[in-house]
Amino acid sequence: MSIALLAGPPGAHGMESLDEHQRRLGMLPPGRPGLIDSIERSNLRGKGGAGFPVATKWRSVAAQNARTPVVLANGGEGEPLSRKDRMLMEQRPHLVIDGAILAAGAVGSDDIVLYVGADHTGAIQAMHRAVTERSATERARIRLVSAPVRYVSGEETAAVHFINAGVALPTSIPPRPYERGIDGRPTLVQNVETLAHVAMIARFGDEWFRSLGVGNASGTTLVTVGGAVPQTVLIEIPLGLALADVVNAAGGITSDTDAVLLGGYFGGWVESRAAWGLPLDPEPLRRQGYSLGCGVVAVLPSGRCGVVETARILAYLAHESARQCGPCTFGLRAISASAGRIAGLASTPGDLEHIQRWAGLLAGRGACRHPDGAAGMLGSALRVFAEEFERHAYDRRCSVAGAVMAAS
Amino acid sequence: MSDPVTLAIDRIKCDGHGVCADLVPELIDLDDWGYPIIRPGAIPKSVLPHVKRAVSGCPTLALRLQAIASRR
Repeated sequence: MSIALLAGPPGAHGMESLDEHQRRLGMLPPGRPGLIDSIERSNLRGKGGAGFPVATKWRSVAAQNARTPVVLANGGEGEPLSRKDRMLMEQRPHLVIDGAILAAGAVGSDDIVLYVGADHTGAIQAMHRAVTERSATERARIRLVSAPVRYVSGEETAAVHFINAGVALPTSIPPRPYERGIDGRPTLVQNVETLAHVAMIARFGDEWFRSLGVGNASGTTLVTVGGAVPQTVLIEIPLGLALADVVNAAGGITSDTDAVLLGGYFGGWVESRAAWGLPLDPEPLRRQGYSLGCGVVAVLPSGRCGVVETARILAYLAHESARQCGPCTFGLRAISASAGRIAGLASTPGDLEHIQRWAGLLAGRGACRHPDGAAGMLGSALRVFAEEFERHAYDRRCSVAGAVMAAS
Repeated sequence: MSDPVTLAIDRIKCDGHGVCADLVPELIDLDDWGYPIIRPGAIPKSVLPHVKRAVSGCPTLALRLQAIASRR
């Protein structure tokens, strides 16, 4: 791929300057009425995790004619296993800004908020420098905002709430941001990678974008590959590439492995036997009960126990609950406690049965999808590591030497 | 109101008082922590009066009736 988000200077070069960006990809074409149609034909879907069709979202915002909309480029990236958004902003900030400008033009907005996680300091610096390289007219429309570091702070209502009230916690829907968001105005919240793809589609066309994918899949996607690979890497792959090829592109596996966590903490475990042939494409994955989420592939190394890793993730997600909704606050706390005892070979009677029941009880019962994500990940673990969970809970044994979780 | 309606809940407002589950056990269970689990779908006409009482009696005003068509 000679033309791609990450083609051009290598990551070590740091940020691609405006000059380099324009020399590589050409000037940003002016906005045009057909852009949303072109995005629709490109089949571009949101890259933040939910995979919502981008053209549909833009039309919903553009159709709100009561007040002038706002565009929020979401670089909140709270997923601990993902690096893609922060690295994209560090290396290719101008693609993100181009996409945000195009989005603003398409939905009739004058205001752009670049929302970046406060701990992504490299990304903040690059985005800041990129904004200063822009024309005065463009600079006047752009605000760079750094967001507190929490798992939920990248959730779209949380991002809007932070801009409005300084509190990066989800709010109840309705209203959704596209109806009423920043300052009560219709707000397009779009992941930064998604916007970068828009900047490419506007330049090279939807047909070009579609041709990049494997089979029916469209375009490229950024993937963070970690775990049992030589090092955690960010790679850009054609959408639809088989997982085995993705892992090979990351350097191959460094140990035997039983399972892959696909989609990050909100995704799910897949047995490696079943995983390698899976196409990394949201639609076919969804049909098989999996999720690409925000493009995380984490290969469980030998010497690590799936039950222990699952308990660790649950402890994190319970801690990261915004504690606004009862089922999430108390449900995740209870799940985490039981899973922690099971992982630590100290389960009490009923622990495993409890988490099996609770895993099916939380979906759809929060203001945001935090409980859904945690329960879905747990459900996949209970299937993939079924025997290991029983061994831990009933025999108080772990089949992986040295992997036992320290009692918390 | 003849169009089918469903019971929507503001999960942030809900404090798990459980009044709704007392008034409409046909439609609402409580989970292990006292928070409502609402049976999905249209509310049967027979229980609609009880549901309306639950909506107005919720101590945190977390419940509302919602036309099914308006759900996204």
